[in-house]
Amino acid sequence: MNATTHQLPTSDEEIWRYSRIGELDLASFRDGSASTTVSGADGLGPAEVGDASSAPDVFAAMNAESPAVVGLRVPRGTVHPRTVEVLHDVDGDGVMVRPRLVIDAEENSEVTVVERFASADGTRALVLPVVEIRAAAAARVTYVSINELGRDAWMIGHQGAVVGRDARVRTFTVALGGDYARVRAEVRLVGQGAEAQQTALYFADGTQMHDFRTLQVHEAPRTRSDLLFKGAVKDRARSVYTGLIRITEQGTKSEAFQTNRNLTLSHGAWAESVPNLEIETNDVKCSHASTVGPIDEAQRFYLESRGVPPDVAERLVVLGFFDEVIDRLPAIGAVASVRSKVGTKLGVSR
Amino acid sequence: MTVLEIRGLHVSVGGTEILRGIDLTVRSGEVHAVMGPNGAGKSTLSAAIMGKPGYEVTAGTVTIDGEDVLALPTWRRAVAGLHLIMQYPTEVPGVRLLDVLGEALAARGGSTAGLDQRIAAEAVRINLDPSLTARAVNVDFSGGEKKRNETLQMGVLRPRIAIIDELDSGLDIDALRDCSRRVEQATAEDGLGVLVITHYSRLFDELRPDAVHILSKGRIVRSGGPELADELERDGYAAFA
Repeated sequence: MNATTHQLPTSDEEIWRYSRIGELDLASFRDGSASTTVSGADGLGPAEVGDASSAPDVFAAMNAESPAVVGLRVPRGTVHPRTVEVLHDVDGDGVMVRPRLVIDAEENSEVTVVERFASADGTRALVLPVVEIRAAAAARVTYVSINELGRDAWMIGHQGAVVGRDARVRTFTVALGGDYARVRAEVRLVGQGAEAQQTALYFADGTQMHDFRTLQVHEAPRTRSDLLFKGAVKDRARSVYTGLIRITEQGTKSEAFQTNRNLTLSHGAWAESVPNLEIETNDVKCSHASTVGPIDEAQRFYLESRGVPPDVAERLVVLGFFDEVIDRLPAIGAVASVRSKVGTKLGVSR
Repeated sequence: MTVLEIRGLHVSVGGTEILRGIDLTVRSGEVHAVMGPNGAGKSTLSAAIMGKPGYEVTAGTVTIDGEDVLALPTWRRAVAGLHLIMQYPTEVPGVRLLDVLGEALAARGGSTAGLDQRIAAEAVRINLDPSLTARAVNVDFSGGEKKRNETLQMGVLRPRIAIIDELDSGLDIDALRDCSRRVEQATAEDGLGVLVITHYSRLFDELRPDAVHILSKGRIVRSGGPELADELERDGYAAFA
């Protein structure tokens, strides 16, 4: 299958609005694969790839044609004792890679999976990943995605979680890398009492752009979703957040929360936040909040009035801003360095 | 011996002149109280001395031991020895006191060795629940906890001059006593000079002023000893307008 036969969307389409899709020259990439290593997966069985016909867009469809699949099936009733780490090192210049990760948590099982994407600055790459998460009844899945791609990599990724009765899925997305990195993150709560928590931390500088589209879909009663996305843009970087809470007629007595907060740290930086609600039933509890703005002047003055220099005050306030999301991250080795990496991006040595 | 000298200070906010020529001299170990009714310009004085954005000095000078304070950015004013205890201390989400004081001391070229213990010792002195010092600065603190925290920071940073803006607002009587007592002790122990801005004289039970200045419509209309506060208490501000 030649990927170049796919028809690319344009930014005229509403879901690609604000995106940089118009800059993508698919023909300039050759099909390739990342160096993928998996650790901590002993004892997990292979998982089946879901139905490709439901791919939400052309990039997910292209991924579905790729043989690069890591499948993790967590047997019924088991708590997987180790954190599974999946590292994709994108080391070929000019390649397109399409890794798929399938997490199939059977009834009453538990697993934590960290997926990391890395490449060197100067390596031109197009990364089109998909993660499929299926949590059967009472299963508990924690999934962490860390984008540490270099400055010349593009990512257009998809996260899809289907959450069954009384199951809980938590996803964390840390986006620090890439030239343009877009993630579509969808949770579908399909069983009564299903619960999802989505958290993201993103920080773009230079000419980077981070682009998120989130969907919280409640298709069963008494389901709960809680989304907290916090981002910062610096220099001439940009970010877009578009989020939708949809509660269908079946979603009575559900609760859905969506919060997106953005800091603009430079005059040339730009962030957009577009929250949406679509509710087809009564008797639900929903809220959404979104903010875009610079560092709070009063906080900056407070710290400076103690004798803290302005660049340090900015670092403290930005790290403090992200503290709420960093606090939610699971306490595992792979995420321990997130805070210091944010500090590095702020360009303060201490 | 440190001298904070304010000469002919005029300050405007949003194009409106609030302070119209203030002269004050505060020396080490002295407590000067600036008292006045609401709207007299009391808080403008503290904001202008610390360089808060939006407060424009249109004339006059402020110096500390001869150094031009107004030429310095805010953080350097603090490093030069000024400390502001705010009327409404700002909540700074996710930023811990230890980090703020560590950075503040580092900027002064001071040592941060044993900072944890110094904070804990000051917390005991000021009756602040030590667990609060591990939390984000001022976030979800009560009014009293905020002022105790401000006073604790003064104790750790050991400034030469403290500017205290409306210490008693939002404060219960116990917290007011603890905070004003700690400031009074610093005047004796460290030779701290104090410029305390207040509407009411109730904090003078513990923090004893050497001089009282009455501020009205942007000018100091009268200066005197502590007895002036008693006169105010008796006659009210109307007598000085």
